[in-house]
Amino acid sequence: MLNNIQEFYNILPLIIIGGLILVSLIIEMYSESSEKILPWLSIIGFLFVGIYSLVEVGRTSIVLQNMLATGGVVNIFWLIFNITAAIVCLLSINYIKKYGAYYGEYYIIIQTSVLGMMLMAGAKDLIVIFLGLEVMSISFYVLAGFNRNRSSANEASLKYFLLGAFATGFLVYGIALIYGKATTTSIDAISLNFSALSGNVLFLTGVLLFLIGFSFKIAAFPFHMWVPDVYQGSPTTVAGLFSTAGKAAGFSALIVTFAALFGGPHGHLFTPYLSAIAVFSMLFGSIVAIMQTDIKRMLAYSSIAHAGYMLIGLASGNIDGVAGIIFYLAAYSFMNLAAFGIVSILEGKEETNLDLDSYAGLGTRSPFIAGLFALIMFALAGIPPFAGFFGKYYVFIAAIKSDLTWLAMVGILSSMISVYFYLRLVVIMYFKSSETEDKVSYTASEIIAVVIAVVFVIILGLAPGSFIDLVTKFL
Amino acid sequence: MTLEIVLFVIFALVCLVSGILMVTRVNPVISALFLVVNFGSLAGLYLTLNAQFIAVAQVIIYAGAIMVFFLFVIMLINPEHEKRFLEYKPQLKIFAVAIAVLVFLQIAYIILFSKPSEGVSREVAASVKAGTIEQIGRELFTKYVLPFEAVGYLLLSAAIGALVLAKKKFK
Amino acid sequence: MQIPIEYYLILSAALFMTGIVGVLIRRNAIIVFMSIELMLNSANLTLITFSSYLGNSIGQIFVFFVMAVAAAEAAIGLAIIIALFRNKLTVNLDEINIFKW
Repeated sequence: MLNNIQEFYNILPLIIIGGLILVSLIIEMYSESSEKILPWLSIIGFLFVGIYSLVEVGRTSIVLQNMLATGGVVNIFWLIFNITAAIVCLLSINYIKKYGAYYGEYYIIIQTSVLGMMLMAGAKDLIVIFLGLEVMSISFYVLAGFNRNRSSANEASLKYFLLGAFATGFLVYGIALIYGKATTTSIDAISLNFSALSGNVLFLTGVLLFLIGFSFKIAAFPFHMWVPDVYQGSPTTVAGLFSTAGKAAGFSALIVTFAALFGGPHGHLFTPYLSAIAVFSMLFGSIVAIMQTDIKRMLAYSSIAHAGYMLIGLASGNIDGVAGIIFYLAAYSFMNLAAFGIVSILEGKEETNLDLDSYAGLGTRSPFIAGLFALIMFALAGIPPFAGFFGKYYVFIAAIKSDLTWLAMVGILSSMISVYFYLRLVVIMYFKSSETEDKVSYTASEIIAVVIAVVFVIILGLAPGSFIDLVTKFL
Repeated sequence: MTLEIVLFVIFALVCLVSGILMVTRVNPVISALFLVVNFGSLAGLYLTLNAQFIAVAQVIIYAGAIMVFFLFVIMLINPEHEKRFLEYKPQLKIFAVAIAVLVFLQIAYIILFSKPSEGVSREVAASVKAGTIEQIGRELFTKYVLPFEAVGYLLLSAAIGALVLAKKKFK
Repeated sequence: MQIPIEYYLILSAALFMTGIVGVLIRRNAIIVFMSIELMLNSANLTLITFSSYLGNSIGQIFVFFVMAVAAAEAAIGLAIIIALFRNKLTVNLDEINIFKW
């Protein structure tokens, strides 16, 4: 029940995406060329919602019987999800033709996944978090196996599904234990009562199980083993969506749940556990990525490592850490999306051209694409002028402020390891000669999508302070 | 020994034994049937907890719809029996069982140690009222209207997804 | 309410662990999925126990949503399993491992 017209305006983004899904379904039913109409309709919808969220960022409110928050950080997350999804749609126009999944339903399922993410970011109740997570995950299981004639896609979606449902089991059991002690599922009420509850072991067990279930979604340590297989088997553009918007949605829900505690007396209660999984994720991701020969698997292990860096911000348990994570998520989304975009441009039919060696000589064959890719690799490695550096900088600073200097040191060590495999790709592109002299063919929509993502990476790198200020204002 | 305790013991035993049998049977059809028994006994436990609506929903949705669906798929693809499931990497599996038993003891200890009975009302009237279809329906359509709408989209996306994965003609 | 709440909680913990053991030791994708359903049901038992002993209905509403989610997951999961079976003629998780570490 909405109390006034302003609340309606505040949840307009959700209503638009919900309406977009239904309109797209009708178009898919009656139109012969829905696969040509739907990408553009989705992009227009996503861009409108993204920009609307940014414009309305100041209107913070809690609507629908304390179920949903709008405005502030929530709107910034909605902006990230929608811009990411718009770029993914732009990249997919040509890619899914090549991949053999040229159907309109693809875009409808991307829209439902975005709806789930938006619910997660705005949730004020554990029930809404759970349902948002499931709307997103169920869409992702389908997207991973979209071309059902490919056994690699089948396998990726089966693995993703079984492990995802397993993690859901932990999540529900965790929420059940939390509910049992807190007698409510409202996040605000639980945070208010936290001092009384934190002495209870059963409640803490519930929170721990909740965290274990969530580490699946953010691709962090105890539940990371699906990541490389799923990224390798699913369509490349979809893997880009999993690793950027999916991860951002997981972190948004963690921030929603834990940020209320930060700055209070219990802000550091979960620091030992969070720092442990951060350390394992960073080191495991960086070290195993060195051994990979497939570009998508390499990006998958690097995504595990990046989840580790972001967890440092959560482990530090202060507001700076949260602002750092949100900046990092925005920067990482655009960097990784650009990387997956270029991989999808270069990928041939039937999953060829995915070896690192097939990138040899790219510097002479297609200097423009090689230049963009090298720039993204520098950004992912965290080399100063780009956004990736500032993301790491903010979370490490937050850790040092909370006397977790050792954690920041491990993070720096792991970044140094990761520089090796990012720069190895640059070396392969520019200094290794290739057998073929083929130019890379690409369509305008793909290259525009990649360039937009790269421009965002550069802008965030040039003016990190203004984004951080915007976020900190609402924390 | 009141009737309540007798019912609890019967349902709990059926529930546990059928759960363990479901996990250990090699024939998937028998496993699925034991899961139906398990769900039925859970519905009985829900009744002893005064949750009438959920008990009925459990029988209709889980034991009725979902398990029939499982049995259809099992019979459709007719998977071979896993005869050697303890022969393949037995150390790993015994290790998994041992870990699970240890974790169970840990959780049981936590449950006993944290005194969950503190702060619960144990009033039969309140508990009966919480489980009526009237109470659940009222909360569902007022306070929990957003999750309810979200479930609508969840089922919609699941329907589209299942059709894409299982039915769509791929060129 | 003569039965102590601990009995129900320990029963549901035991069921949860049975489900986890099933996921870890079984290799048939369908049985693994059924074990996951068992885990969800044990969580439901915990929720309803607390809901009943506390006398508030939030837990039962959550169980209602978990049931809807389980139904949706069953639809998707079994569709994925059928799609896989059409290509590879097996649902044994040991035999469908084409990706290497």
